[in-house]
Amino acid sequence: MSEVTKPESSFSDAEPATGSPGPETAGISVTAGLSESQAQAPSTKAVFGLEGLGVTYGGKQAVQDVTADLYEHEITAFIGPSGCGKSTILRCLNRMNDLVPSARVEGSIRYHGQDLYDSKVDAVEVRKRIGMVFQKPNPFPKSIYDNIAFGPKVLGLKGDMDEIVERALRRAALWEEVKDRLKTNAFGMSGGQQQRLCIARCLAVDPDVILMDEPCSALDPISTGKIEDLMIELKQDFSIVIVTHNMQQAARVSDRTAFFIVDLSAGEGNRIGRLVEFDATAKIFTNPADSRTEDYVTGKVG
Amino acid sequence: MSAAPVSLRPQSGAARVKDIGFRIAMGLCLLLSASVLIALIVDVLLDAMPVLGSRLFTNFPSFNPEIAGLQPAIFGTLWIIGVCAVFIVPIGVATAIYLEEYADNSKWWNRLIEVNIQNLAAVPSIVYGILGLAFLVRGPLNLGRVVLAGGMTLGLLVLPVVIISGREAIRAVPPSIREGSMALGATKWQTIWKQVLPASIPGVATGVILALSRAIGETAPLIVVGAATFITYNPSGIVGDGAGFAALPIQIFNWISQPQDDFRQLAAAGIVLLLGLLICMNGVAIYLRNRYENKW
Repeated sequence: MSEVTKPESSFSDAEPATGSPGPETAGISVTAGLSESQAQAPSTKAVFGLEGLGVTYGGKQAVQDVTADLYEHEITAFIGPSGCGKSTILRCLNRMNDLVPSARVEGSIRYHGQDLYDSKVDAVEVRKRIGMVFQKPNPFPKSIYDNIAFGPKVLGLKGDMDEIVERALRRAALWEEVKDRLKTNAFGMSGGQQQRLCIARCLAVDPDVILMDEPCSALDPISTGKIEDLMIELKQDFSIVIVTHNMQQAARVSDRTAFFIVDLSAGEGNRIGRLVEFDATAKIFTNPADSRTEDYVTGKVG
Repeated sequence: MSAAPVSLRPQSGAARVKDIGFRIAMGLCLLLSASVLIALIVDVLLDAMPVLGSRLFTNFPSFNPEIAGLQPAIFGTLWIIGVCAVFIVPIGVATAIYLEEYADNSKWWNRLIEVNIQNLAAVPSIVYGILGLAFLVRGPLNLGRVVLAGGMTLGLLVLPVVIISGREAIRAVPPSIREGSMALGATKWQTIWKQVLPASIPGVATGVILALSRAIGETAPLIVVGAATFITYNPSGIVGDGAGFAALPIQIFNWISQPQDDFRQLAAAGIVLLLGLLICMNGVAIYLRNRYENKW
């Protein structure tokens, strides 16, 4: 396991880019110049292209008009207050919203250029490629080994299962801790280990993208640190999208950040989530273009 | 802070009396219901004592109480319960899965099915007996008075119980397990078959056993579908000749109505046997529930 010291690496890469234009330069040009230079640095290929994306639940608008490109081998963070629709958007990306009968998706998502919501696309096929880690660790009520092996088995992956399991656990930095008790029930693990098990479970099916829905919100700071380290390591092989309530976490791990708000202009009973700003993380946290973003990240609201 | 001192008053005398009085009242209620049960069991045991012995298991019924035994009734009951279990497990579990995982509750027919199942659980057992007589023994299936007809009649009777407890067991599997499985690219069916069902097996099994232990004591429907009260052979199959059957509750019922006291002792012995069987089955159910209880 290499020791990646994540906060510095992610931040310092982006720092010069943000620093140079100066804080007081007029908004739009800065944003444009910045995201271009930022986009060239690690990757230029978009995994997801979101276009006018919105979701309604039973006719009620939950989130509206989200347009953004999420890039390969980057960690994209979604931040914003509760109810702003960031988890909803995340769940669109692997069509988990299909499981909610009242949910309707509008707009489009392109995944490597292909329309994710095309009627010919099988949602199961989508979820094979786009894995997900949930807010609360949700190991299956089975042994550690069977937790990992379940995915490869149902997908009919070929190969030595022991090897697949070991590889997945190693990649999730969990192997050393559990190698002697692979056959014990996963519920016997600590919360942080359970969450890394869920990540390992997701890695075992070799996805292209990993979606994480507040993966650390139920964990202590040490477990959180381990998972953050892991994420930074994993982004070499995967693209990661993470929803987080923890702004420091977004600042520490992500390359790009999307800030969402709850729009109350249609009345208190009509809370609509909207994307306010999407840019390089360093820019969002040090020199955001929108005053609402600034208020949020500096802790004036929310 | 130097605010006014807080005074914590002691519990008033009246409140204490009420508290103690209520506790005594509840204890008396418990004592009453428990003592009725204990009196019943002791009485039956005392009655049965002289005839409890291996001959109950080895002998056939007879007009001579000295040699009468329960063997065909025991075998008959086991056969019927076996058929009943084979009948209710797949149908009950499949129905429970449909209602929990697939049925869209906004559709009126699904709500209708649900309400009907709940009502069916409350239908008197004699009605199922008549149904069994009309459709299984005679009528369309015309099976005759055989094990299959008896088992299926009892199956219909307890099916709602299996469905309702199965649904509860399936509902107790948290949605996060389904999400976790689906997010890995498993299909809905794979998720149900490999995650939801295994996780709900203890609950489903408990429900099935409790349903069977209700079925085992049912008398009325079996009388209607034609369980034999005097039989000199054990069932050798589920349909056709030789599939006629007796059952423990029927045998007990028959012996109790005999004039001789000796037969009452035999009936008491039959009751002891039936109670023993019930306690064993419920014990297994409780064990399963505790042993495999999932702590989500």
